[in-house]
Amino acid sequence: MKKFWKLAAAAAAASLIVAACGGSDSASDTTSAPAAKTDVKVAVVYIGVPTDKGWTYQHEQGILQLEQELGVEVKRVENVKDDATSEAVFEQLAADGYQLIFATSFGYGAPMARVAAKHPEACFQWATGAKFLLTKAGGGEYADFPALPTNLGTYFGAAEEARYLSGIAAGKATKNGKIGYVAAFPIPEVLRGINAFTLGVRSVNPDATVQVTWTKTWFDPTIEKQAAESLLDSGVDVLAQHQDTTAAGVAAQAKGAKWVGYNSDVKEAAPDAWLTAPTWNWGPFYIKTAKAVAAGNCPADEAYGNMKDGMVTLASFGKSVDAATQSLIEEKKAAIIDGSFAPFTGAINKQDGKPWLKAGEKAELGALLSMDFFVEGVVGSAKG
Amino acid sequence: MNSNIWVLTSANAVTIATTLILAALGALFTERAGVLNLGVEGILLTSAISSFLAADSSGSIWVGLAVGAAVGALLAGVHATLTVVLRANQIVSGLALVIFGTGLANFLGKPAEGKTVATIIKPMTFGPLTRIPVLGPIVFEHDIITYGTIALAIGSAWYLFRTRPGLELRAVGDDPATVDAQGLSVARIRIRYTLLGGALIGLGGSWLMLAQSAAWHQAATTNGIGWIALALVVFAGWHPVRLIFGAVLFGFCLRLPFTLQAEQITFIPSAFMQMLPYVATLIALIALSRPGSKNLRGAPKSLGNPFVRDER
Repeated sequence: MKKFWKLAAAAAAASLIVAACGGSDSASDTTSAPAAKTDVKVAVVYIGVPTDKGWTYQHEQGILQLEQELGVEVKRVENVKDDATSEAVFEQLAADGYQLIFATSFGYGAPMARVAAKHPEACFQWATGAKFLLTKAGGGEYADFPALPTNLGTYFGAAEEARYLSGIAAGKATKNGKIGYVAAFPIPEVLRGINAFTLGVRSVNPDATVQVTWTKTWFDPTIEKQAAESLLDSGVDVLAQHQDTTAAGVAAQAKGAKWVGYNSDVKEAAPDAWLTAPTWNWGPFYIKTAKAVAAGNCPADEAYGNMKDGMVTLASFGKSVDAATQSLIEEKKAAIIDGSFAPFTGAINKQDGKPWLKAGEKAELGALLSMDFFVEGVVGSAKG
Repeated sequence: MNSNIWVLTSANAVTIATTLILAALGALFTERAGVLNLGVEGILLTSAISSFLAADSSGSIWVGLAVGAAVGALLAGVHATLTVVLRANQIVSGLALVIFGTGLANFLGKPAEGKTVATIIKPMTFGPLTRIPVLGPIVFEHDIITYGTIALAIGSAWYLFRTRPGLELRAVGDDPATVDAQGLSVARIRIRYTLLGGALIGLGGSWLMLAQSAAWHQAATTNGIGWIALALVVFAGWHPVRLIFGAVLFGFCLRLPFTLQAEQITFIPSAFMQMLPYVATLIALIALSRPGSKNLRGAPKSLGNPFVRDER
């Protein structure tokens, strides 16, 4: 009898685990197979979930535009970690016959390139990627650029343009000249954003500083909130962020501070704190790429959108941004769009006061894409 | 002075400690009865999302907290059934509960992903008392659950060491055979305190969600606090009052990496500080899981052993 109960207990414990595995199938798809009438099979791999009110949400809006425009049904794979484990996901999608696969995180690059080399029939697009990082010189596996798979493209945009504009709003909003910045990882994309933001801040508030705290996570509301609160505790009165959730905004609102968001227009998360946010519009790029693949071409270049082509946008203003500040920002925005102004235009000094760009000199795109330092006015370490 | 970052960091340590105390207190009652429940992290997550969904649909934080506690008791009930009634291995059942709870939370939370908490528990106001230098923010700027939790921990010490039911509880954890000989049901007492423990852990998860988290995000809400709570019980020597101090210390360590960065203190790598509570947890879990765990200071002597009368 005792044996029976022991067996029963073991079986019950085992069934718990099995049930859990069924329930925790987090990398599950949310759509059924694409309709038969489509002429291009598209899939997108998300680092988070489309309802995150941030990074993934914004990509989802672009994917919805693509579905609308081309009448196709896109396969979504959610919650895929951007490490080596993602390779199996890409492999499966390629094996299932998806012709165009978008992936929305920096860490997908190397696994995606490996699968792209094995599946020349499919087209792979790596958001926020940089092909340089796949070459030996950039720490990757491939000898040089020509050795890279020709069916792998990258896409991203000049968020620095909108970052600069949001910096103007922050520079005008701060009362004590101390601004905090909750940032994810010390990689070029993030450093570029912090620097552009700081240049925007100091264009209207030359003595203001931007203090950076690293969270070492893209997506963790608890940690983002802790980091934001510590910055507020140290006396900053405006927060900006390079994170995927609205936690910093919630923390700012609770302390009566102001907040520059990121990714999406989510002023409802902290309406009193909201100033504005750099945001993304991925739809046009997704539509253009899907049409090219349907026509038999795989765009394998490094697409870099901007405010002019509409990939980068600025969210609506909060109620505390006065009319004068708004029109100043609109003015700069128009200058960015018509090409008469770029955020990284000298004279700009590095953090230690040594000159980087001479007066009137514009930074090259290559220098921006591999940026590894802070400009003057940023407080904190660019090494993380 | 009260806006000094170290004062505010200490104040926040007390806030973070609330979930730790509740979860550790739940584990403490369970372990004092001789049952090891490693499923704390799973219970925390499932209670967090349950309380979020309940508070979101009812509009009441109190409904959320009650539902969270009930769900915690329910999951602990699964553990009690497996380990006390069916006498399964407690470590295996507890670990299964972690995986099950995480999966269940992801499943329940899918439609709520990214949703913000509409009603947040507000701190109490003590008027001029909050302006007392240093002590003001640290002692007088918390919500009712934090104060209730500390009172509960102190009350638990009294219950454990000064009352008859407390004596029975300790006896069941130390020497169930004697309790059995007294004519009391070991199984009933163990199930009762496992359920109570689950409810406390569930309350901790609910409070973490409703008072501390800005929004529900699966798997990023508890950050291993359940494991830290288990370690805390070991470090506190299974004593509820020592638990309070340990929790505040751990809470301080959890917040410290960000304070150091905000203050530009770079000679200690922040990643090192961030690691400390988890290293401490690892050491405690190893100590707790090895066969000689009953030799730890204050450990219930029959911790982890199923009670089988016919084997006596």
